[in-house]
Amino acid sequence: MTDFWFQFLLALDSTLRVATPLIFCAMAGIFSERSGIIDISLEGKMLMAAFVAAATAYATGSAWIGAIAAIIVSIIASLIHGFACIIHRGNQVISGLAINILASGLTVIIGIALFRQGGQTPTLPRTSRFNSLELPFVDFMEQNVPIFGIIYKELLSDHNILVWAALASVGVTFYILFKTTFGLRLRAVGEKPEAIDSAGISVTRMRFQAIIIAGILCGLAGVYLSTATGAGFVKEMTAGKGYIALAAMIFGKWKPVPALFACLLFGFLEAVAARVQGVEIMLIGEISSDLLIALPYLLTVILLAGFIGGVTPPRAIGQPYIKER
Amino acid sequence: MKKKILEQKNGGQKSPFAVSLKSICKSFGPVRANDEICLNVSSGTIHGIIGENGAGKSTLMSILYGFYQPDSGDIQVDGKAAIFKQPSDAIRLGIGMVHQHFMLVPNFTALENIILGSEGKMGLKNGLQNAKLKLEELKSTYGLEVDLDNVTEDLPVGIQQRIEILKALYRGARVLILDEPTGVLTPQETDQLFEILLALKSEGVTILLITHKLHEIMAITDEVSVMRQGKMVANTLTKKTSPEWLAEQMVGRSVLVNTKYESGKVGSVALSADGIGVTDKRGFDSLKNATFDLRSGEILGIAGIAGNGQSELLSVLSGITPPSRGNFRINDKIFDSKNHCSPGLMRELGLSHVPEDRHAEGLVLPFQAFESVILGYEKNPSFGTGFFTKPEQIQAHCARLQDSFDVRPQNPTLISSQFSGGNQQKLVLSREISSAPKILLVGQPTRGVDIGAIEFIHKTLIKMRDSGCAILLVSVELEEILSLSDRILVMNSGEIMGIVSKANTTKAMLGKMMAGIPLEKAIEEKN
Repeated sequence: MTDFWFQFLLALDSTLRVATPLIFCAMAGIFSERSGIIDISLEGKMLMAAFVAAATAYATGSAWIGAIAAIIVSIIASLIHGFACIIHRGNQVISGLAINILASGLTVIIGIALFRQGGQTPTLPRTSRFNSLELPFVDFMEQNVPIFGIIYKELLSDHNILVWAALASVGVTFYILFKTTFGLRLRAVGEKPEAIDSAGISVTRMRFQAIIIAGILCGLAGVYLSTATGAGFVKEMTAGKGYIALAAMIFGKWKPVPALFACLLFGFLEAVAARVQGVEIMLIGEISSDLLIALPYLLTVILLAGFIGGVTPPRAIGQPYIKER
Repeated sequence: MKKKILEQKNGGQKSPFAVSLKSICKSFGPVRANDEICLNVSSGTIHGIIGENGAGKSTLMSILYGFYQPDSGDIQVDGKAAIFKQPSDAIRLGIGMVHQHFMLVPNFTALENIILGSEGKMGLKNGLQNAKLKLEELKSTYGLEVDLDNVTEDLPVGIQQRIEILKALYRGARVLILDEPTGVLTPQETDQLFEILLALKSEGVTILLITHKLHEIMAITDEVSVMRQGKMVANTLTKKTSPEWLAEQMVGRSVLVNTKYESGKVGSVALSADGIGVTDKRGFDSLKNATFDLRSGEILGIAGIAGNGQSELLSVLSGITPPSRGNFRINDKIFDSKNHCSPGLMRELGLSHVPEDRHAEGLVLPFQAFESVILGYEKNPSFGTGFFTKPEQIQAHCARLQDSFDVRPQNPTLISSQFSGGNQQKLVLSREISSAPKILLVGQPTRGVDIGAIEFIHKTLIKMRDSGCAILLVSVELEEILSLSDRILVMNSGEIMGIVSKANTTKAMLGKMMAGIPLEKAIEEKN
């Protein structure tokens, strides 16, 4: 039993790790889509950011400079998306798709040109990565506080700063969206941009602000992948996480806290899949880990097909704003 | 608020005009929407602007609200020159607009909608509380009763409109522009709106009322300006004018206002509906238990505010959607949820349909007129051999129709979207009537159509009726229903409130039924 408990804690611990980029991207998606811009380019922005973070961190030796560079690049990708679909009223899905394709091609080509390692960046030393932070009094807590002590050590301690930042981003997103003037306007512009325009506020400006925030958050997700959990960039290392985050956001009905739980659920399934590989479980026998790994993707498909009801997207989503004559 | 307005009113050397427009011009491509428009609106009055659809009223108001910039011309507010680059400039100078289509976020509360764009500080909480206090004051001053914490989309349109008015006043509007405010209201809601406008006027607010309804101009305005084809053609005091004179100014020639037509010679039952119901995708019953007979030689008018089941009724009877419950019969054929019917089959049975939305259902806008004019009838042997079409014959057919229905320009190869609203409607009507139907379903025949064309369309419908056609007329224009119908069926929330003959009813009674009071109760209340 204690072993099960311990294994469970470890699974939760890795849930957090796996879910971190999903959370960043889901929050990015909320900002973008609440403003009325479909953002399937979460994936591409995250991938570009991952590459730039690793490459810059390798060149400068500083994970922080890498992070800043990554965020800038991710914002630029956002701006390209905005240029295409806010200013020129292009199709938002096509534009997002273009960014994803661009990201997947560019990262590899530039990677090969710079490092000649088949599209990877060289392995980063510990000093140029975001490392795990051990919380204070870990051993003391484990020995003296029952139950919570072990939770403290195994689940809460030993995460890098970006895991905490991801969790914090949920609270910040919630606060901005529902407790500030900016959030009120943001929600309005995704539901009824005409209302914003006639109130004397620029729809274009609001939407650009939203996608820039989305760019920052996607950038952090990429930074996390290549310079926190990973020790460098591997080609296609995002592996569809952007799409899963998008699904988690829809699962969470475009709301920060439910989206967080959706991300954790997806993360948990992946963490369990890694753990039960080859393990015999009572009565059931060996669970195919392929099935478990496939589960988030299956859930996503079912979700997007509309089988889990009651999903109402922002009303003006996907529609370019055109002043009527 | 009250004080502030009074101060401004007594401010001494103020210009007598709240707003003056001088030689405003605005073109959209080759179209001159506004041509040398001059307008003086006296402070503290209700000033009506009337004109047909497309006369340039909305463009002019959008210029005054900073939504568009004029190509040339000057705007003065309170005697001072003003330049509006965007709506916020106009808001700052105290000009507020209530749009025809409300600018409200559906899932926001009334309060959130009102403060949107002028919330105050970064954090929302204080802004919301302060706004509430200020709004309570505004509400009691002007008698604008609104529950601020309700979600907007759940509120009736009349209340939503009050939210729009409060929104403008909250921003300090002293000039209020209302663009076609009564189009979506019941007669009772219209009366309430007019009371509010009078209250606003007595507090010194200047009101610009844009409408194409003559009786509203006569009922409430102090002064009236008439626009025609982008030009301002008349400015006068309302009490010095008459509806007939205004109508003449609007179209540039005499027309008959509210012609009363003779009633028709009613024949046998052509279509009989028995308990038709429609449940939509969301599981909502949008049409409930519709039972009535439609006889040849009569016009049965379906009155009601848009969205109360009329569209569903048309959709079922024209064969587009099968009914969820009940059935209807034409001749000896019965159609219900199982017995599949299609618009093509309906056409063969002699039923034609002029759809409510001519852009979405009546025409293919990028098609040339001669192509649009045979839609649904393309299998007719004179138009084609089954696989190939015969463009020359079709064009000749189209030219004949354009001639007899006075479609302008008379050009069969012009793209459908390039005709004006009235001419597009005539194209659709000519197509549906040319098959000599026994039953004609007509939805909103004169929506967005100019007065000249309205008259023509009305006369055409009466002619059809007199030739023995059974006509079902759906319209949100009560005047139109009253003018054309022999019997009137009123709908509310998908239900039939009652069927009355025109001779035995009044506008007030129809208004009550439109607001959801069944016929029996409406009669009781009257007595």
